[in-house]
Amino acid sequence: MPDQLMQQIVNGLLIGFMYSLIAIGLTLIWGVMNIVNFAHGDFLMVGMFTSFWLYTLYGLDPLFSIPICTALLFVMGILIYRFIVSKVMSGPMLAQLVVTFGVSIFISNLAVYFWTPDFRQITNPLLSGTWEVAGILLSIPKFVASIGSVITSLAVFLFLKKTRTGKAVLATEMDREAALLMGINTDRINSLSFGIGAALVGIAGAFLSTYYYIYPQVGGTFGLIAFSIVALGGFGSIEGAFIAGILVGLVQTLGGYFFDPSYKYAIVFMIYLITVWIRPQGLLGW
Amino acid sequence: MRNIPSRQFVSAGIALILLIVFPLVVTNTFYQHVMIIFFMFAVMGVAWNIMGGYAGMFSFGQVAFFGIGAYTSSFLLIAYHVNPWIGLVIGGLVAGLVAIAIGYPCSNLRGHYFAIASIAFGEIVKTLFNNWKLVGAAEGLSLPMLDSGFKNFMFHASKIPYYYTILAFLLISLIVCYLVSTSKMGYYFRAIKEGHDVAKVLGINVVRYRLFAIVISAFLTAMAGTFYAQYVLYIDPESVMLLPISVQIVLISMLGGAGSVMGPVIGAAILIPISEGTRVWLGHKGTGIDMLIYGFLITLISVYQPKGVWGLFSNLGRGTR
Repeated sequence: MPDQLMQQIVNGLLIGFMYSLIAIGLTLIWGVMNIVNFAHGDFLMVGMFTSFWLYTLYGLDPLFSIPICTALLFVMGILIYRFIVSKVMSGPMLAQLVVTFGVSIFISNLAVYFWTPDFRQITNPLLSGTWEVAGILLSIPKFVASIGSVITSLAVFLFLKKTRTGKAVLATEMDREAALLMGINTDRINSLSFGIGAALVGIAGAFLSTYYYIYPQVGGTFGLIAFSIVALGGFGSIEGAFIAGILVGLVQTLGGYFFDPSYKYAIVFMIYLITVWIRPQGLLGW
Repeated sequence: MRNIPSRQFVSAGIALILLIVFPLVVTNTFYQHVMIIFFMFAVMGVAWNIMGGYAGMFSFGQVAFFGIGAYTSSFLLIAYHVNPWIGLVIGGLVAGLVAIAIGYPCSNLRGHYFAIASIAFGEIVKTLFNNWKLVGAAEGLSLPMLDSGFKNFMFHASKIPYYYTILAFLLISLIVCYLVSTSKMGYYFRAIKEGHDVAKVLGINVVRYRLFAIVISAFLTAMAGTFYAQYVLYIDPESVMLLPISVQIVLISMLGGAGSVMGPVIGAAILIPISEGTRVWLGHKGTGIDMLIYGFLITLISVYQPKGVWGLFSNLGRGTR
């Protein structure tokens, strides 16, 4: 029994690291622009499909398509910001909420149109199989993906804290007007943050494609879970999102283990409601 | 300026007469169906508008109230042979109670936070119904065939009685919305929307009035839910609790003009024929092209007409300023 429990904890951690990476992109966009990106999960889907097609058509392993996914999603994020999101930034709040829903429905159905709603899978990628460590099964693709998530998150964190551009992003997040007065081009910062936010799920998508089913609606649940994580971690907080992602992964897996797996997402959404009820600024926020 | 309201009433009267005559002239059942769905979404748009447009709580979880209404009346009918009309009232009350239960903890949430909380709420309710054996879990509920007639809220031969029933529901919702918007409560709602803290300082019991708005909205939406169940005679979580329905409701109100009594009706009149039409003409192949157009439309509206078309209409009515 304890072995099974340990196994669940490990599984929870492995999915949690993935959640962290997805949520960091979302919290960055939210923090900087105060825009809720409902299309975030669909960006993830695009990343997964990119990796899938590069593998199926050109035999490029998902591990090596990470840079391509990152670059593609970065450009896509910037274009969506430039041509759609930036246009509603000064509009009514309702439009800001609804616009990314439109983008989400559009992107996911574009995928249905081109690639049908079928479930796909990458067969025999470089990363496959499991290790057995002290009686616990460790999926190799999930393990490598977790390491990738930690490295990427650390890189984002260092970028924000150490580089001039990163500091400008943080300054914009703290106080847009003051940042503008300090000579920061906040519109460019918005665009950059949106691009980075999308690029991060591009990386997550490439990793996920090695072990998860790939289909046009795959982003929906991931996107919604990411909102709970962002709330738990404190809106706009990168460190918060990272820790909360792992927590949510654990709670979801253990909740499914102790109660009923079909309720695991309901538990995640309960976390959101309870968090914003007790601490509207997020558990780890100020 | 005095004659403007009366002019509005005259045009509303003409529109109502046209709508009453419509099913007698247009006998094509598909067009009648589109009109019925249009009225149904207009009811929910008006209901959303009370909490979203007036009180500023942007709910993306209305589908939960819709589903609760549909499920309550259907379950009571199947299990206890409760008349659907009574089921409709009970469904509305249950939705109202759930609204209080969820609205109270959310009573300090604003903007995005409220919107996402409402999505979380909708998803939780959907998950519960998907697993709740008593109400059929994922298989849903099939309503028993009762004798056709107004008493049983079931009409087998023609869609026309459904048409008039939902048109009546729409009129009731519009009257409720009009009364709310012109009452003291309506002014409180707007005050809360404009400034949560200011309203509090002015002595408005913000929590109580926000709950009023949610409960009224939930009741009307649940009414539409019961109607839907009686109309299609089959419900499951995938048909009455899906997030896109909530988004559709928000969109209708936004497109029409949130915060005006007639706005959602205009929004539904534009959007429902488009979405039903593309679904029927393009959606049957399962290529997603109908939803593709829909998503594109949402984006377009948000960017170019975010304040709704009602503004255009009322400006035309007033002539040049």
